Amino acid sequence: MSSIDPRINRLDLPTNEDGKNVLDELEQWETYEVFHQKKRGDQHVHVGIVHSANPELALIMAKETFGRRRQTANLWVVKSSAVTASDYEDQDIFETTPEKTYREASDYYCMDRIRKYQQEHGIKDRKEDRRKKKDLDNKEPVKKETAE
Amino acid sequence: MYGNAQIDSKDKAKSLTDGEDPIKLAEFEARITRGEKIEPKDWMPAAYRKQLIRMIEQHAHSEIIGALPEGTWITRAPGFRRKLALMAKVQDEVGHAQLLYSAAETLGKTREDMINDLINGKSKYSNVFNYPAMTWADTAIIAWLIDAGAIINQVTNSKGSYGPYCRALERICSEESFHLKYGHDNVVFLATGTAQQREMVQDALNRWWIPIMHFHGPPDKVSQHTEVLMKWKVKMATNDDMRYRFLDEYVPKIWDLGLTIPDPNLKKNETTGVWEYTEPDWEEFKRVINGDGPCNKERLQVRRWAEEKGAWVRRALLKAESKYTIPLA
Repeated sequence: MSSIDPRINRLDLPTNEDGKNVLDELEQWETYEVFHQKKRGDQHVHVGIVHSANPELALIMAKETFGRRRQTANLWVVKSSAVTASDYEDQDIFETTPEKTYREASDYYCMDRIRKYQQEHGIKDRKEDRRKKKDLDNKEPVKKETAE
Repeated sequence: MYGNAQIDSKDKAKSLTDGEDPIKLAEFEARITRGEKIEPKDWMPAAYRKQLIRMIEQHAHSEIIGALPEGTWITRAPGFRRKLALMAKVQDEVGHAQLLYSAAETLGKTREDMINDLINGKSKYSNVFNYPAMTWADTAIIAWLIDAGAIINQVTNSKGSYGPYCRALERICSEESFHLKYGHDNVVFLATGTAQQREMVQDALNRWWIPIMHFHGPPDKVSQHTEVLMKWKVKMATNDDMRYRFLDEYVPKIWDLGLTIPDPNLKKNETTGVWEYTEPDWEEFKRVINGDGPCNKERLQVRRWAEEKGAWVRRALLKAESKYTIPLA
């Protein structure tokens, strides 16, 4: 065979086209899940998988595949078979989580009650001045624009 | 780099949803309509799985075979900077294959099966890599225009419905942007160089124009399969749509350099806004994709050589107690 590529011509390529499989089962080794940490202090985030014969080689593969083009502080590799995951089919087990709003700071507001009480009992709202000033500041640029 | 997935013409199934549980199918389709991603362990129709395996696998093969025409020019790259850049690009392409094989594996086909199918000619890869890179200018045209076509494809497909594929594509697209700039830089350097350099890049463009027009695949037949695959967000745009987008963005950039595109009928219809061109020879496309191209045999032999030469390392490290696990995401 003659290729236009001198490098290929030196290779002595196999000519046997028997249709037999070149790779045996598991020749690409087991799979490892890769977790990537961008910088110290960040969470490790799952980024993909590599194939490897052992954890040490998996780290090298992970460095080549996931640590090559972006900032990396640390990598974890874990055998895919070692991960136990919840089932998406059972996603409803998490459904009550967002319902429990009594655990959220944003679910607590009592200023309206305080102001109402203050008005009824003649107590001065100590933040009133600041609030009015803020409202004015916010309106200021609009006024300027219309004046121009 | 990317070879677009084709609808399998041999697929005799009357409908892609035959025999599927109608309730599960409806939930699955509703989820896709809401814009949610499908994950490996989710229920999915058999045809969805099959089509995605074929598509992602072909894409992975295209990356690994696509590294060959350019890879052979590393030793002959003009200058150290270009040599380093080309090495990085080729390594990127092989890395993309790793990401894509992993994504396909999550659907249940092992990596050995995919590579065996590639080497035995059962699986396809992008047709363009069955053509040779005759000169350095060919590698410049490949890196610029083939990768440009690929980016259009990949950005579109990254909005698809299968989670692992979308995540791989996002990562791939960000790396391809360097390939595009690198390729453009090389073409510009040649096009603004000596008369000989200009001739060299024009010749390369002439050689690659038909493969470039082939790149996004033949016009889709309007079929029920296409409709279903688009609804499932497996196929995100028709082949012609992608080709129009490519022409719209890159033909003006080629003309900017005073290069001639070897198609006298190529022009944008100013009233309809549609690109008009001579249809490339689709018989040639079919012939080449089925094995009769100038480099098909060489590409697969090189691949086979690489696997055979590496076999002793892989087998030496393999432990008896190893067990295959489908990757999680």
